[in-house]
Amino acid sequence: MTEPILSIEDLRVSVGGKRILNGVNLSVRDGEVVCLFGPNGAGKSTLLYTILGYPGYTIESGRILFKGVDVSTLSIDERVRMGLGIAFQHAPRLRGVKLIDLIHLAAGDGLTDEEIEEAAARLRMSSFLHRDVNYGFSGGEIKRSEILQLIAARSDFLLLDEPDSGVDVENVVLLGREINQLLRGRSGLIITHVGYILNFIRADRAVVLYEGKVACEGDPYGILKDIKDKGYKACLECDRCSPPTRKE
Amino acid sequence: MQSTYEERIERARRALEKVPAYGPDVDINQFLLEAAAEEDSYIEPENLSETEKRRALRAGIIASEEGRSGTFFQRDTKVLCARPRQEGLEVMSTTGALKKHEWLTDIMWTAVQPDADKFTAAVALHRTHGYFIRTLPGVKTTCPVQACLYIGKKDLVQRVHNVIIAEPGSELHIITGCTTSEDVESAMHIGISEFFVRKGAKVTFTMVHTWGKEVHVRPRTGVIVEEGGVYINNYICLREVDSLQMYPSVFLTGPGARARMNSILYGLGHSRFDVGGKIVFQAPETSGEIISRVIADDRSEIVSRGLLVSETAGVKGHLECQGLLLSDDARIYAVPELDARKKDVELSHEAAVGKLAEDQILYLMSRGLTANEATSLLVRGFLNVDIEGLPPDLEAETKRLLEMEYQGLL
Repeated sequence: MTEPILSIEDLRVSVGGKRILNGVNLSVRDGEVVCLFGPNGAGKSTLLYTILGYPGYTIESGRILFKGVDVSTLSIDERVRMGLGIAFQHAPRLRGVKLIDLIHLAAGDGLTDEEIEEAAARLRMSSFLHRDVNYGFSGGEIKRSEILQLIAARSDFLLLDEPDSGVDVENVVLLGREINQLLRGRSGLIITHVGYILNFIRADRAVVLYEGKVACEGDPYGILKDIKDKGYKACLECDRCSPPTRKE
Repeated sequence: MQSTYEERIERARRALEKVPAYGPDVDINQFLLEAAAEEDSYIEPENLSETEKRRALRAGIIASEEGRSGTFFQRDTKVLCARPRQEGLEVMSTTGALKKHEWLTDIMWTAVQPDADKFTAAVALHRTHGYFIRTLPGVKTTCPVQACLYIGKKDLVQRVHNVIIAEPGSELHIITGCTTSEDVESAMHIGISEFFVRKGAKVTFTMVHTWGKEVHVRPRTGVIVEEGGVYINNYICLREVDSLQMYPSVFLTGPGARARMNSILYGLGHSRFDVGGKIVFQAPETSGEIISRVIADDRSEIVSRGLLVSETAGVKGHLECQGLLLSDDARIYAVPELDARKKDVELSHEAAVGKLAEDQILYLMSRGLTANEATSLLVRGFLNVDIEGLPPDLEAETKRLLEMEYQGLL
C-alpha cells in the first residue's frame, strides 16, 4: 500500500465563528481518486478550501499533512507550489488579465506553447485565450477554463469542486474526458452532487461527509446509487456506515 | 469679429495673477524664469547625452529614430533636435514656425485662451519654444513623430507652446514624452498645446509623463476637430510628481467629428493630480468618450474630472472613470459631469472607486502566485485599457511603454 499523499487528522474548522467541520479524518493515497459526497452544508467545500488554505476557514484543531508536511500554516500559494491544484466551482472575473497569461504563469517552463494551444483546442477554449479571464464566459466555459489551468499547472493533487454542476451534456463529456486524462498518475478529491463525472473518470473510493464528519466510505458507484435511490438519510442508515454517526 | 494675435496676447497681461479654478496654486516666481535660447543649430538625436537618451527612452523617445517619422527634442529653453523624416510633414520649434508661416498667428491662442489663468498668461508673454508639428493635406504619417520636452536644470520653469496641425485628409501620430533629468527633482513645466484637426484628418497623441518628485506640471490643451476629423489622446503618468493639473478641452466643431481621451494615472508618494477632460459637441453626429483609470496609493490624491457638453442635438458621448484605492491615506475624487443643452442627445457616465477584490487575489494565489504577484497582476490588468483607433504597431508600443513604466514601479 502506497503512503498517503494527503492525511487529514481530526480536523475541526469554523467559518465566521460557526463550526463546520467536526473532526474529519481522511487520507488519500498517492495515485488515489476520492469522491466527496454529502448533502448541502455538510462541509465539503469547507474541507476543500481548508486544504487549500483559504483565509476565513479557521482550523481549531487537527492537522492537514500533504506529502508528509503539515501545511496548516502555509499560505495558499505555498501549498499550490507543493503540488495542490484546484478547479473552482465559481471563479471570479479578472479585468485586464488574459487567460493565456494565467496559463503561462501556471505552466511555468513545463509546457510548450504548442502543448498549451493543443490543450486549449481540445477544451474548445482557443478563442478564449486572449480574453479577460471569465469575462463573458458561460458556466461551461468557466469550468473548461478551470480544467485548462489545471492541465497547465500539472499539480500532483487535484481538488475539483463540482466540475460537473450546471454543465450541459456535451460539456460533461468534454470535461469528463479531460479530467480523466488529467487524473492519470495523479491523486484527487472531487466534490460531485450529481455524479455525472463518475461516468468518465475512475474513482477509487467515495467518502460521505455529513454534519462535518466522515459518515461513510466505500465504492463510489455503489454509494452514489444508494444516495440517488434512497437519499442521504437512508444512505447513512445503511450497513456500510461507520458507527459514530449513529451513536451520536 | 475675431481678435488679432496682438489683442489675444494683450489679454494675457490682465491674467498674470489669475489663479486657476482647479489644482493647488503654484507661485511661478519661485522658479528660474529663463528666456528662450536663440533658435538653435540642431543636432542628431544620437548625439544627445546618455542621460537625456536614457530618460527620453522611458518616455518613448528613441535616439536612433527607428520607427519614427520625425523628432523634436527640447532641453530646458533650447531646442536640440527638430526634423521630419517624411515628405509632407513639418517638425520644428514653434518659434521657427512663426517665422515660416505668417498665418500661424491667426490660429495661435484660439484653441486655448491666453487669459484662461496665470499659467496660460505666463506662456503667452514669455514663451520658451515648444514644438510645431504639421501634416500637409492628404499626407498620412506611417510612423509616429516623437517629441520630448526635457528639463535638465533644477528649479527651471519650462514654458512651451506646442501647435499641432493635421491638414484636411491627413493622418498624424505623435508620441510625446515629458521628463526631467535624474538629478532634477524640483522644477515646473507649463505646456500649452493647441491641436487643429482639419476636415477628415486624424490625430493620435500618446503622452507619457515621467517627472521628478517635486515638479509642478500645468499642461493647457485645446483641440479643435473639424468635420469628420478624429482625435485620440492617450495620457500615461505612473510616476511621482508634486502636483499636476490639467483639463484638456476638445471641441467637435464639424459634423461627424470624433474624440476619445484615455488617461492612466498612478498616484504615489504625495503626488497631487487634478486631471480632467472635456468634450464639447458643437455639431451633429459627433461622438466622444473620456475613459480614465486611476490608482491612488501612499498619500496621493487624485481628482478625476470629466465633462461632456452637448451644444447641439444628435450627439453621443460617454464618460468612464474607474478608480482603485490602495491606501487609507490616499484619496480619489471622481467628478463626472454631463451638460446636455439640446434634446435628442445620448450622454452617459459611469464612475466606480474600489479596492482590489480579495476573491481575485485568492484566486490567483490558488494558481501559485504570491499575494504580491497577484496584486501586481490585478493592478496591471486594471490599468490595461483597450486603446481603440491606434495603428497596431503604435498600440503595441503604447502597451509596451505602459508596461515599462509599470515595471519601473515594482
